[in-house]
Amino acid sequence: MTDRQDDVTFPATPERTRPIRVLVAKPGLDGHDRGAKVLARAFRDAGFEVIYTGLFQTPEMIASASLQEDVDVVGLSILSGAHMTLFPAIMEALRQVGRDDALVIAGGTIPDEDVPLVKAMGIAEVFGPGTLLQDAIAFVRDHAPVREDLP
Amino acid sequence: MATRPGLSARVLDGDRRALARLLTYIENDDPVGLTALDRLYPHTGKAHLIGITGPPGGGKSTLVNELIRSYRAVGKQVAVIAIDPSSPLTGGATLGDRIRMLEWYDDPGVFIRSMASRRFGGGLAQNALAVAHTFDAAGFDPIIIETVGTGQDEVGIARLAHTTLLVQVPGMGDGVQTLKAGALEVGDIIVVTKSDRPESSELARDLRSLQTLTFEHPVEDASVWKVPVVKTSSLRREGIAQLVEAVADHRAWLDASGQLGRRLTEIAATEVSTRIQMALVAMVQGDHSHDATFGGMIEEVVARRVTPQRAAQALVAKLSARDDDATQDAVPG
Repeated sequence: MTDRQDDVTFPATPERTRPIRVLVAKPGLDGHDRGAKVLARAFRDAGFEVIYTGLFQTPEMIASASLQEDVDVVGLSILSGAHMTLFPAIMEALRQVGRDDALVIAGGTIPDEDVPLVKAMGIAEVFGPGTLLQDAIAFVRDHAPVREDLP
Repeated sequence: MATRPGLSARVLDGDRRALARLLTYIENDDPVGLTALDRLYPHTGKAHLIGITGPPGGGKSTLVNELIRSYRAVGKQVAVIAIDPSSPLTGGATLGDRIRMLEWYDDPGVFIRSMASRRFGGGLAQNALAVAHTFDAAGFDPIIIETVGTGQDEVGIARLAHTTLLVQVPGMGDGVQTLKAGALEVGDIIVVTKSDRPESSELARDLRSLQTLTFEHPVEDASVWKVPVVKTSSLRREGIAQLVEAVADHRAWLDASGQLGRRLTEIAATEVSTRIQMALVAMVQGDHSHDATFGGMIEEVVARRVTPQRAAQALVAKLSARDDDATQDAVPG
């Protein structure tokens, strides 16, 4: 195959033109998934490919889905108040499967005083009540990790 | 930094992280994926590819979950490719099949990958089979491809899978629906899901009676596959064992009848033809070297000065003329 054909037939996919893949998951035991669904819908409408796994996700389930789906971003929605327990467990589970390279963001009811603690765990940003969806979308676009691998 | 082995070597080594990452490159037609596939392709051809198609909400994902259970019970490593539609407006997608298969999260013998159709059509994604090849090289068998929810006419999966399961749901019309051409003709196995519902017996009966509406005398001919109609209830876990048996029977028939070779040829031809079509369209659209460009031609068509048929002919003719020039240039003096 000549170089010319290579160029024409299979143009390289620049990192920013491929769809961003996002996992939207709701860890913990509260059953309020409206926020997660709103976010999943907004990400979809922003052109992202959203893997939606819904309610009652354990840290291990989130890690497993993040691994197999190779998502760029993990979006966690939590309204139970258990974030200080669940988030460290999720970050550890992601590390265990080698997915600590993913951009992790969180939303839901996280008190202001907890935000610095949550960020110290490695969660890149917290989107509380009243967040504009376009802000969350812009954040993901700006911060989705760039990759480099050998075939 | 010490050099790390490439993704393909790590995939062959059983590295799941590398597998997941490579699937992304392959899905995106990235050069990294294409080169890795060059290396992995000789390791493929071992897995049984099972396609599942049928209407949205027909119970495909839940049925796949039950198939995983059956195959895991006999120690098989199962890969699932679950395709959901992309938005025709934004290109985004919500991939929600995985939610029916969450219970396997801690089983290393199950790998589920969601794919967006990216407007490919036919209920498939452009690189679904390339993803299947990668799973094949990684040692998964069977590989289950679940299509987008489909209707009467999406038959593409039957040209890519070794065994195609066509899911039919009770309560979606009378017996006349079963007479119509299209998807019903391409299933190797017809699965009536939700058999816990009363209408399912009627549907299974209509589908079976359809098979008797033929002028050909039923002959005992081993070269002819008799499409079974299997009733399943994922809710009650009924009929799944029969379905798994039917899949195994079909595979055995493919081997014994010599049809496997034919089917493999058809699959390869379909895959290559699809790539050719896409490459040609990309070449035509990207060729600005002459005055008759794709964009210019489209304007002519919109203005009703040229028919779409003649526009396509002209653009393809231009392309082949260009390639003749290029070939002559390439001939060594």
